[in-house]
Amino acid sequence: MRETFTQVTYLVASVLFILGLRSLTKPDSARRGMQYAAVGMLLAIIGTLVQHEIVRYDWIAGGLILGTIIGIPMGTEVPMTAMPQRIAISHMFGALAATLVGVAEYWLHGASLGTAKISAIGFEVLFGSLTVTGSFMAFGKLQGIVTGRSVTYKGQNAVNITLFGVTVLMFVYLIVNPGNAIVFYAMIALAFLIGIFMVLPIGGADMPVVISLLNSYAGLASAATGFAIGNNVLIIAGALDGASGFILSIVMSKAMNRSFNNVIFGAFGAAPTVSAKTATGLTVRSISAEDAAIQLAYAKLVIVVPGYGMAVAQAQHTVRELAELIEKKGGEVKYAIHPVAGRMPGHMNVLLAEANVPYDRLYDMDEINGDFERADVALVIGANDVVNPAARNDKSSPIYGMPILNADKAQSIIVLKRSMNPGFAGIENELFYDDKTSLLFGDAKTSLSRLVTEVKSV
Amino acid sequence: MNPTSFIQLYVFVLAAFVGYQVITRVPPLLHTPLMSATNAISAISLVGSLVAAGSNRGTVSTVLGFAAVTAATVNVVGGFIITDRMLKMFKREPESASKAASDEKAGGAK
Repeated sequence: MRETFTQVTYLVASVLFILGLRSLTKPDSARRGMQYAAVGMLLAIIGTLVQHEIVRYDWIAGGLILGTIIGIPMGTEVPMTAMPQRIAISHMFGALAATLVGVAEYWLHGASLGTAKISAIGFEVLFGSLTVTGSFMAFGKLQGIVTGRSVTYKGQNAVNITLFGVTVLMFVYLIVNPGNAIVFYAMIALAFLIGIFMVLPIGGADMPVVISLLNSYAGLASAATGFAIGNNVLIIAGALDGASGFILSIVMSKAMNRSFNNVIFGAFGAAPTVSAKTATGLTVRSISAEDAAIQLAYAKLVIVVPGYGMAVAQAQHTVRELAELIEKKGGEVKYAIHPVAGRMPGHMNVLLAEANVPYDRLYDMDEINGDFERADVALVIGANDVVNPAARNDKSSPIYGMPILNADKAQSIIVLKRSMNPGFAGIENELFYDDKTSLLFGDAKTSLSRLVTEVKSV
Repeated sequence: MNPTSFIQLYVFVLAAFVGYQVITRVPPLLHTPLMSATNAISAISLVGSLVAAGSNRGTVSTVLGFAAVTAATVNVVGGFIITDRMLKMFKREPESASKAASDEKAGGAK
């Protein structure tokens, strides 16, 4: 009877999870759908707690309370600008839970595990442990604890591939000899190392791909846990998470015109990316806030192109303020969002939504690219590579072929920029030297506040 | 492979297929909430952690289970809260453009 109850809660939870994810296809229904998914989670937890197997509740209660104490501030306090590192660390927690369950299972059953079980546990701890350290590294890079630059050394790929190969061999050995505990724990140790080495060469601009990939791995670890302990709801939820991370990784890779392998083994900044075109002989035109404000105030259509620089400067609220002023003067403001703008998928959308920008003003790359031609001003805020025309017309450029926002097609372009340092990829941006482009130097937030003041007085 | 493992494999493949179909329809607008949502959902591994922590199968299992319960609970609680917090922010254009700052939910069907 109890067993039936448990299974019913799992079934209901699985359905609610899928419906919850489906609700995310529309912003209006999303919130309600995810609340149902949370109810599903609660049901599954209750269903588990009443099982015969569970005989003591002291440690469970302790873990639930401690986790809740840590979890609540992680849900309510983390600012939207810190979302990428927040997500990275939660991948770590998810993968950690899966790994620990896997180790506990192995500890209990060890040599008596059948082929199917040891394979499942093997996948579980492999995906789990490399996600734990990988996500922690990603967190460290995004938080600025570890250098955000790509860290590379000679023979890096050889080291990584060897490490990976040895780990796979150990896994195969373990499937044949499940009783060899030393190999089991050594395999986990190596997977921890792989996680670190995998993320070490990843530069900041490639973070969206890596976070998505780790998302997928964390999901697969959960699914493998489901196989190991024979629990379908884990398999389903893990498969959903794995599929989601996988899809996002592909979307991100496509948006950068790069393959998975290239991101993981290519280390963007590592290859001697000599910029194809150097800036010598070219001059940029700087503009005063007054003049920029006049252009904006009389524009019929302004397209804002936000990038990571906007997140760093926490300028999203000032952007919205400026946009409202332009609208009051009779102009229209749209936002052009490149899929890899920022450090994680959808980063810019969340920031602008936080600043109360209605979501119908946020346009994907494909939706807006046709509009640039009739835009009076393209206002580029802390974005660089995603508007670099070299991606379109310079075959020798490292970003050649990457789909970009056609900011250069606008009547005029105003770029808010801190200094003339090249972007993260270290590539010179022709857009900045275009005749139609003028640069407003300074911190994005300060520049925007000045623009707000100036537009008011126009 | 025994029949149970095979059924599990079916479940996995079908769920991944459903996931693929559903998630490819999620607009880029909501990709960040999507990631935090799937993260919260996959914290269902809490269910496995609860069994490890509460089934009295020796100290090692209990302690590992306790740590796993803690880690998974962080994601369940934090994950659903932050997803909700994000989704709450996505609002459509208010009827009168001037009161964009108001927290009212803009109604109306798509």
